[in-house]
Amino acid sequence: MRGQAFAIALVIVSGVSTFVTFISTMNSLNLTKNKFYWDYGFAEVFASLKRAPENLKYRISEIPGVDQVETRVVADVKLDIKGFPEPVTAKLVSVPDTGKPLLNRLYIRKGRQVDPWKDNEVVVSEGFAEAHGFSPGDKFGAVINGRWKTLVIVGIALSPEFVLQVRPGAISVDFKRYGILWMGRTALATAYNMKGAFNDLVLTLSSDTKLNDVLVQLDNLIDQYGGLGSYSRKDQISNRYLTEEFRQLERSAEIFPTIFIGVAAFLLNVAISRTVSTQREQIAALKAFGYSNMDIGIHYVKLVILIVLIGVAGGLALGAWLGSGLGRIYMEFYRFPYLIYELQPSVAIAAALISILSALLGTLHSVRKAAMLPPAEAMRPEPPAHYRKTVIERLGLGRMLSQPTRIIIRNIERKPVNALLSVTGISLACAIMITGGFFKDAVDFLVDVQFKLSQREDMTVTFIEPTSRKVVYEMKGLRGVEHAEVFRSVPVRLRFEHRSYRTSVQGIEPSNRLHFLLDTKLKPIDLPPSGIVLTDYLSGILGVTPGDMLTVEVLEGSRPVRQVPVVGLVKQYIGLTGYMDLSALNRLMREGNAVSGVYLTTDSLYQHEIYKSLVEMPRVAGTVVRKDEIRSFYETQAEALLFFTLVATILAGTIAFGVVYNSARIALSERSRELASLRVLGYTRAEISYIFLGELGLLTFAAIPLGFLIGRALCAYIARALESDLFRIPVVIEPGTYSLAAAVVLVSACLSGLIVRHKLDHLDLVAVLKTKE
Amino acid sequence: MAQKEQSAIAEDVVFKVSKLTKVYEIGEVKVHALRGIDLELYSGELIVLLGPSGSGKSTLLNILGGLDTATDGYVTYRGKDLTMATEQELTEYRRFHVGFVFQFYNLIPSLTALENVAIVTEIAIKPMRPEDALTIVGLSDRLGHFPAQLSGGEQQRVAIARAIAKNPEVLLCDEPTGSLDSATGVVVLEALERVNRELGTATVIITHNVDIAGMADRVVHLSNGLISEITRNVVKKPPRELHW
Repeated sequence: MRGQAFAIALVIVSGVSTFVTFISTMNSLNLTKNKFYWDYGFAEVFASLKRAPENLKYRISEIPGVDQVETRVVADVKLDIKGFPEPVTAKLVSVPDTGKPLLNRLYIRKGRQVDPWKDNEVVVSEGFAEAHGFSPGDKFGAVINGRWKTLVIVGIALSPEFVLQVRPGAISVDFKRYGILWMGRTALATAYNMKGAFNDLVLTLSSDTKLNDVLVQLDNLIDQYGGLGSYSRKDQISNRYLTEEFRQLERSAEIFPTIFIGVAAFLLNVAISRTVSTQREQIAALKAFGYSNMDIGIHYVKLVILIVLIGVAGGLALGAWLGSGLGRIYMEFYRFPYLIYELQPSVAIAAALISILSALLGTLHSVRKAAMLPPAEAMRPEPPAHYRKTVIERLGLGRMLSQPTRIIIRNIERKPVNALLSVTGISLACAIMITGGFFKDAVDFLVDVQFKLSQREDMTVTFIEPTSRKVVYEMKGLRGVEHAEVFRSVPVRLRFEHRSYRTSVQGIEPSNRLHFLLDTKLKPIDLPPSGIVLTDYLSGILGVTPGDMLTVEVLEGSRPVRQVPVVGLVKQYIGLTGYMDLSALNRLMREGNAVSGVYLTTDSLYQHEIYKSLVEMPRVAGTVVRKDEIRSFYETQAEALLFFTLVATILAGTIAFGVVYNSARIALSERSRELASLRVLGYTRAEISYIFLGELGLLTFAAIPLGFLIGRALCAYIARALESDLFRIPVVIEPGTYSLAAAVVLVSACLSGLIVRHKLDHLDLVAVLKTKE
Repeated sequence: MAQKEQSAIAEDVVFKVSKLTKVYEIGEVKVHALRGIDLELYSGELIVLLGPSGSGKSTLLNILGGLDTATDGYVTYRGKDLTMATEQELTEYRRFHVGFVFQFYNLIPSLTALENVAIVTEIAIKPMRPEDALTIVGLSDRLGHFPAQLSGGEQQRVAIARAIAKNPEVLLCDEPTGSLDSATGVVVLEALERVNRELGTATVIITHNVDIAGMADRVVHLSNGLISEITRNVVKKPPRELHW
């Protein structure tokens, strides 16, 4: 029983450790987040606008329920960093001249706050500083409102507003190419002609305030100043991502431990019923001596609890270790000043209780059977097992089977429930392994679709303000530019019935060669000359179908509100967008040939030269290079993906090993007599190994395709559970992931088979002939 | 005449046992199971090894069957030294030359009577048809029954059919009637006697039941690891005349 107990404890270790890892990481991040948000005054409402006089602030603070208001000047800037020739952009955020922001206060990791009167001092975000190896005192160039300026880093900081520092529209954090800079309000306002004015505001609410009322009133106030619509923490990008991450951890904490604990309960059930049947005579003797049913029951319950507790102890230790490791991985993405890692006693107690209860539930039947056995009956050996011809044989295929094969399939058919549960257990191992590889496959596919099928440009150049279409000629004039296509991007609020969503509408040229729209089957489609095409997920949020009239409220310029028919749906995995024909969008805006940016394909030889020219163009707000974006995406994801794959492999291996080992040990104890008899009759070790391991092999092979199916279903469930307007994960599983899953299961199964086979070689042939079954 | 017969048999020695010793070490205690035994077994002969439990008869049978190794001395089978054989050679020896019958039958519970015989004929060189082997032991009407559906006597006869189906040179039977009542035991012994008579298979039967000795050509009495006496039955009793 020792080996089996160990194997079962190992599965429990996996279950408890995944539970503890996910829950404790989630709790720790949550605790850290809440503390950081609280200590550093994270705002509750956010709004951007074009330009408003500073005294609007007082009217805003009079909105019932508003507590503190802070106005800011925020701008997007291009940076020029020595030794880093790729385009870098940053968000420049003002810090009040008093030195300390009221809200979204900075945690200064190194150096100091900016001197509000100095127009060349900045504090930079930690991730960005680390990526470039910056320390206070270092300098870099920036194009601020069209003017080149050298900035000096005086401090390195973190902010609750930028825990996740992601460029709007980007697929992931990119510390090298996107940073946050904080500068004195006066200096920044001067540079952007915002003296006595602001273009961004944050506020907090007093308790028991109706958030929506505040948002509505705030929007009413800022509307005439080019307000882009206020939003709460729920929609604040950094906070959004954090919330999504918690959701993911929570789901993982539900799915994986459930599988492990379920498998452990099954294994315990099988192991205990076998132990009970081999200990029938001892049970009978004890009962004959006067032990009660209760005493016998308690004995087995103790055995179960002992095994579970060993597993729980190991699981807690491993879970705490993995949890702090996972926490550190998250800290790479999510910039908190510190991580409060804590394994709460309630989590440990919950893990222990869940494990013990499931284990007892799983073993209830066999323990009851042991306890209720009348002593006289227990004294007698168990009646011989009844066998019958299997389905295969009744179908007339029996002639094709050798006797050893017959033994294998009859044994499986005699205990179909056990066989089914073993198959299920092994298939779950396979499924877990698939979920481990699934993320990478999905991400690869997503990147392929997004960047190879749909967006084929090498660079995207955006302008500070809508510009004449003629700019395309200027771009084509740059050495190394092979092709240029313009686009228009307009911030909008889309409304249908009572539902609305803030996003942007992209106007693209119908004849474009760089930006393809894909239908739900990922086939390129032509953009209709009028009407709007929506991302399919967005149509779900708004509840529209093609043919419906959508209200488009433009949040720019003269802010027209128009009715536009929905004419199609497109597939897109990241973000939600509406698409229109460029000239249709221009007509809707009642503007001429305005464009917001240009897509370029370039000769890679001239890339650096092109960046340099673009940095120097005053109207260019920023440049994104597709290749860099993909690379940085993989760089940031790599470690996390590796961690998940590794953990999944270990866990899947554990389950496969546990289930197969347990089945093997039980098969050995049930069949050693039979196998020894065959050895005596002249069967070789290899031949009896076939009978013995063949059954396990058959179960394992049956489990693999089932595991593929369960794995796929599990991935679909995870993808479904995690989908949001930020991103949707396609359910794509590569053959390589299936193969790896099958391989891990097979190797684990072989390993446990071999360990048990070793015992086969030492069967005592003489003893078995002298004993009754 | 007697001398001529003796030499004819001598040419046909199946087993030759010489100074065979077996010592078991159980913890720190040494148990001398066999203390130097000399014995020859001839082709077609039916021998009963008689002795109380612990006399060494099972040890001797196990060594003859290639299931156990000797501490000292040697055993040859058809001139080949079994005491020097490798594990693989012993497996092959059991596979092609020896038929075993055990006290507890050791049938495979998941296989029918027919299949229990077939499992041996499948790996043998020139086996008889499993049906024929079962007919010899009088079970031609029980081919499709599983062990759990057969009586003890029937199970033992399936075991005999399994042992003879490969046409073995020798049949080694360890207390074949040990778990059976006397009437059923007689039926089993009749089957063994018939095999020995009709197929000429050299047969060794271990028993502590003196009455069974009546059916043997020779009776080897063992006691305390030594052969105390070898007797020859001038007239063999048919099994149906045996009672216990």
